[in-house]
Amino acid sequence: MIEAVGLHKSFGDTHALAGLDFDVAEGKILGMLGPNGAGKTTAVRVLTTLTRPDSGSATVAGIDVLRHPDRVRSQIGVAGQYAALDELLTGRENLGMIGRLYRLDAATARRRADELLERFELNDAADRTVKTYSGGMRRRLDLGAALMAQPPVVFLDEPTTGLDPKGRLAMWDLIGGLARGGTTVLMTTQYLEEADRLADDIVVIDRGRAIARGTALELKQQVAGERLEITISDSEYLGAAARVLEALGEGHAHVDTETRHASIAVSSHDGVLTRAIRELDAAGVNVDDIGFRRPTLDEVFLALTGRPAEEAESLEEVKA
Amino acid sequence: MRSFGGWLHDSWEMVLRNLIHIKRTPELLLDVTLSPIMFVLLFNFVFGGAIGGIVGAQGGEEQDYINYMMAGIFVQTIAFAGIYTSVLLANDLQKGMIDRFRSLPMSQSAVLTGRTLTDLLRAMLAIAIMWIVGMLVGFRPEGGIAGNAAAIGLMLLFGFALSWVGVAAGALVRTPEALQGIIFAVVFPLTFVSSAFVPTGSMPDWLAWFADRQPMTLVMNEVRDLTLGIDIYSAELSATLWCVGILAVAFPLGLWLYNRRTTQ
Ligand SMILES: Nc1ncnc2c1ncn2[C@@H]1O[C@H](COP(=O)(O)OP(=O)(O)OP(=O)(O)O)[C@@H](O)[C@H]1O
Ligand SMILES: [Mg+2]
Repeated sequence: MIEAVGLHKSFGDTHALAGLDFDVAEGKILGMLGPNGAGKTTAVRVLTTLTRPDSGSATVAGIDVLRHPDRVRSQIGVAGQYAALDELLTGRENLGMIGRLYRLDAATARRRADELLERFELNDAADRTVKTYSGGMRRRLDLGAALMAQPPVVFLDEPTTGLDPKGRLAMWDLIGGLARGGTTVLMTTQYLEEADRLADDIVVIDRGRAIARGTALELKQQVAGERLEITISDSEYLGAAARVLEALGEGHAHVDTETRHASIAVSSHDGVLTRAIRELDAAGVNVDDIGFRRPTLDEVFLALTGRPAEEAESLEEVKA
Repeated sequence: MRSFGGWLHDSWEMVLRNLIHIKRTPELLLDVTLSPIMFVLLFNFVFGGAIGGIVGAQGGEEQDYINYMMAGIFVQTIAFAGIYTSVLLANDLQKGMIDRFRSLPMSQSAVLTGRTLTDLLRAMLAIAIMWIVGMLVGFRPEGGIAGNAAAIGLMLLFGFALSWVGVAAGALVRTPEALQGIIFAVVFPLTFVSSAFVPTGSMPDWLAWFADRQPMTLVMNEVRDLTLGIDIYSAELSATLWCVGILAVAFPLGLWLYNRRTTQ
């Protein structure tokens, strides 16, 4: 439904896109994950006909983005990183105008606007100018604008940035609902948790290139397998605990005296937990907490880019 | 390219949007309401007494100064209102809404035609207000219905052409503030080095040479002839040709610059 091949785009000396490839199947959600400046917004702008790439090609809903931008536009809905709304128009007027520009007839546009205002809990503010809206309200209205014509393909650039936890959950529900209704979604995000939770597939991009691709699970496995992790009550017993773990799993155990953690790579779950508890008990180790743990996407990100994802997020805070 | 009907539909949608803007920020109309009123009154009462005699002597038939200067004020106001399109467009270009429009399956040029058509409405308002205020203080347009209608038509054509110059300027210059400066530095002198307030014969030869040939003078002279029902200046077709010429250059140039600016 969306396909990008070898996209290049430079702004002066900055290579925002340096040979980006990816595709999204119909009715799926692709999460595009990457730190600040990775090229996410540029990729979305190219696919939504807003920016012309220097080279490469792209199709959306089977239509060539470079050759028939006007035809692509009737197939897509876009909510960019910064809300694209008319500040002097009310929420209702914004949606109505956008609907009519999608060539819906006036009555349909009005009905659809009412529906979306209701769904995004903007009823009370519907007849106020957007100038008076909070950041979260703008984001919701902007998403409403993207959905006015019920397009088969929707692009969302950091849809939850700036939303409170409640708003974020509501947005997640909504995006999930879109895909269940058959809409193809490309969303970018800085939040690993978000991609993990929503996306069928994740593409990790860094410096304008896709550096990894797969489901959240596949990405995690690509980096490292599962670990058995325990927390014990007395750090003096960490040595004994490590010896028990090493007999159960593979390789060396990681030990952290500060947090009284010990962990070991394991290849299967079969009876491991019961044996571990029994043998640790026999060795006189008091266990506070025990469980299997997969690497988080943060760790995946770190392993893939050599930089932690938090670096990107703290940069974002500096910017804000 | 979209169909003509689609283009018309979208342009109308853009006009509606601009009219809502005006409703919410009426200050946007000051340049076509308050300032022309001030100009009519100021020039008539402050300068009228002093300049009036000169004009009468050089312009042929003895005229009240108000009858001479109205054409100048009409055209000057319309020129500024038209060029001001650039500031309004530059404002729009700085905001995210243009990105929204560009992602919609609409006629992209409708953003610009909507803008220039709205300015045509603004020009009509300006002409109506100046006409009434002028008549209250002695303006007597005795050119008959046909003459006055032709004068208004010419002024609107001129305003529309300058709106497209404004579109090109707005797409070219980055900030509205810079545009304000450019307008003041370029358009302001042009409106004065013309036959707007005094006949060009009173200027030094080199200046008069330029003033006589620049389009604003030609349009003013033609408007003067048509509204007053006289034939002194005989600008005739040249004024209309200038307007059509400006439009023929500025229209495609504006579209091209806008496209270039918004597709990076
Ligand atoms: N119009 C532009 N002019 C100049 N440089 C640009 C422009 N747009 C993007 N860039 C540069 O291209 C690179 C990629 O930017 P892009 O906005 O695509 O990143 P991003 O992944 O969306 O980042 P963020 O998470 O901060 O939104 C950055 O280095 C940015 O500075
Ligand atoms: Mg971005």
